[in-house]
Amino acid sequence: MKISGIPRAGSRAARLVAPLIALTCIVLPFGPASAQETSPEVVTEVVVPPPAPPTSVAAIDAPNDAGHALLVTWQASPDDANADVLAGYRVLRSQGGSPFEEVGVAAPGQDSFRDRVPENAVRYDYKVVSFGPGGVGESGTAGAEARFQWFDKTRVSSFVIMLIVCGAIVFNILRAQAGQKMYIRKIAGMDAVTEAVGRATEMGQPVLYVAGIQDMDNVQTVAGLTILGSISKLIAEYETSLVMPCSRSLVMSTARETVKESYLSAGRPDAYREDGIYYVTDEQFGFVAHVDGLMVRKKPATCFYLGAFFAESLILAETGNSIGAIQVAGTAMPTQLPFFVAACDYTLIGEELFAASAYLSQDEKMLGSLKGQDFGKGVAMVSIFVGGILTTIEGLTGWPVITMLNDKIHWLWSGG
Amino acid sequence: MDWSTVQLWVGALLTLMIFSFLYKDNPFYKFAEHLFVGVSAAYWMVQGFWQQIVPNLLAKLAPGSFENIIEAARGQQPELVYIIPLILGLILLTRLIPSIAWFSRWSMAFIIGYTAGSNLPRYLVSDFIKQVEKTLALPLVATHADNWLQWIMYSVSNLVVFGGVICGLVYFYFSKEHTGAFGRASRAGIWVLMVAFGASFGYTVMARISLLIGRLEFLGSWIRSFT
Repeated sequence: MKISGIPRAGSRAARLVAPLIALTCIVLPFGPASAQETSPEVVTEVVVPPPAPPTSVAAIDAPNDAGHALLVTWQASPDDANADVLAGYRVLRSQGGSPFEEVGVAAPGQDSFRDRVPENAVRYDYKVVSFGPGGVGESGTAGAEARFQWFDKTRVSSFVIMLIVCGAIVFNILRAQAGQKMYIRKIAGMDAVTEAVGRATEMGQPVLYVAGIQDMDNVQTVAGLTILGSISKLIAEYETSLVMPCSRSLVMSTARETVKESYLSAGRPDAYREDGIYYVTDEQFGFVAHVDGLMVRKKPATCFYLGAFFAESLILAETGNSIGAIQVAGTAMPTQLPFFVAACDYTLIGEELFAASAYLSQDEKMLGSLKGQDFGKGVAMVSIFVGGILTTIEGLTGWPVITMLNDKIHWLWSGG
Repeated sequence: MDWSTVQLWVGALLTLMIFSFLYKDNPFYKFAEHLFVGVSAAYWMVQGFWQQIVPNLLAKLAPGSFENIIEAARGQQPELVYIIPLILGLILLTRLIPSIAWFSRWSMAFIIGYTAGSNLPRYLVSDFIKQVEKTLALPLVATHADNWLQWIMYSVSNLVVFGGVICGLVYFYFSKEHTGAFGRASRAGIWVLMVAFGASFGYTVMARISLLIGRLEFLGSWIRSFT
């Protein structure tokens, strides 16, 4: 039977087709990948060798800390750059001959690992094992003990700056106490305090004082309460009433102590009313809701906002503005200062808040401290000026002596 | 009516009560204000007890008694050093007894003294040293630029920063009279500050507007719940 289309063996057509088929079979293995995939596969197993181990493993006490940390270092495996062979390093720890346990993994390229250890003055041994698809390569062992250090030598430059500033402060306090007159420039907001309290007295309205919404651990709150001491003395002398809602209970306690003492020193202890200083709530906007309501109901003639403020600054200052109160604000929160500047009559900007207490009280310690801080600012200005010039000359000329001097100034202000 | 609907209604009505203050003080605002103050004061008291006093004091002194409440206290030994903050805390409460109220000043002195001391190195580095470090690294004129225009732009930028910082520092220099050249530098410093405040003002107002939009969207979702 003849099947159409298929040449019979031995026929002329068959003799022509057979070499073609043979040629195709020879050429196919060199064809495109798809052609290869359809051909019978010959699987060759590639054996990946285990990575070479890291060498020179060492363990030392991590420097400049309070102990409880060891630094394990090693020289990278020769296979470190070969991602097919090495996947990383396992750091193993043993204590007192116990079995080694993994405490961390380091990536390829890394040659150190900081390990937190439970005990100081106890020896811990380490091994570093390189690992990859082909197996592992184990290093030798090294051990060390963690020790407590009294000094963090990386922070010497900060210490030097602190010595300069604090030394200047102590020196100037001693000068002030010895009777040396200390000058402070005018602070407009504080010059207006007498006028502001006098206005409240004339109008028969209370003075509102808000010392921010932070606790006593915030230096701005402390500054606000220090200024309160001077202002409340004036309030006592003028026989005006003081209203002070507080968002922290400790601030309330301290404010009561401060105001009580001021009334005492003004010779008006009978006029002191503890109820005027009270706690509201720690919740920021709950506190603001209360103070806003208080403002529109009691209509204080004068509002002081001196302390640390956040989003409530504009709400308070706008409400105070709407009732026509004379407003004096002060804070060191850079994001809130614009709102106080926009809505208040006087604003103590940043450090003016801290200087204001010295300005009002004329206390020797505070004046000396302020003078000492000014010395620190002077050192900063000179350093910036000299540093800027040196950086410019160094960039333009590259002279080694300028580079050396510039490096010294940069080290001093590195904050290390 | 499910619980989420009740929450939505309470939230929306209280929001409207607070917003009514924009018109004038009224009984609805007073109600919302007193509710807010009362609830938040109670909430913070409970938070203070369970988040601070229990885990940081009581569970340290008597871990066995609190191991069912504080996971970290399980299997721990009492740490008697915590008797010191306990005593300081109790001393603070002597304010409630007028005859020995003065005693509470010791705790207050400790809190203020400790925080002032511990904050000094931190703020000195972050607010002073680091600021100076970044400024003195600036060359007064650009030392590298691709072309003249870029050189001029970089140089002007550096000079503005440099001059702005120096003048700003002069403004905050209190122990010298601000007259003559010093006074002019001081006035330039306050201008620099005001420009910075203007930028900050605009940025913060934008953030507040987005908060307002968020609240209005909440009211919108409340109104949509009617349908």
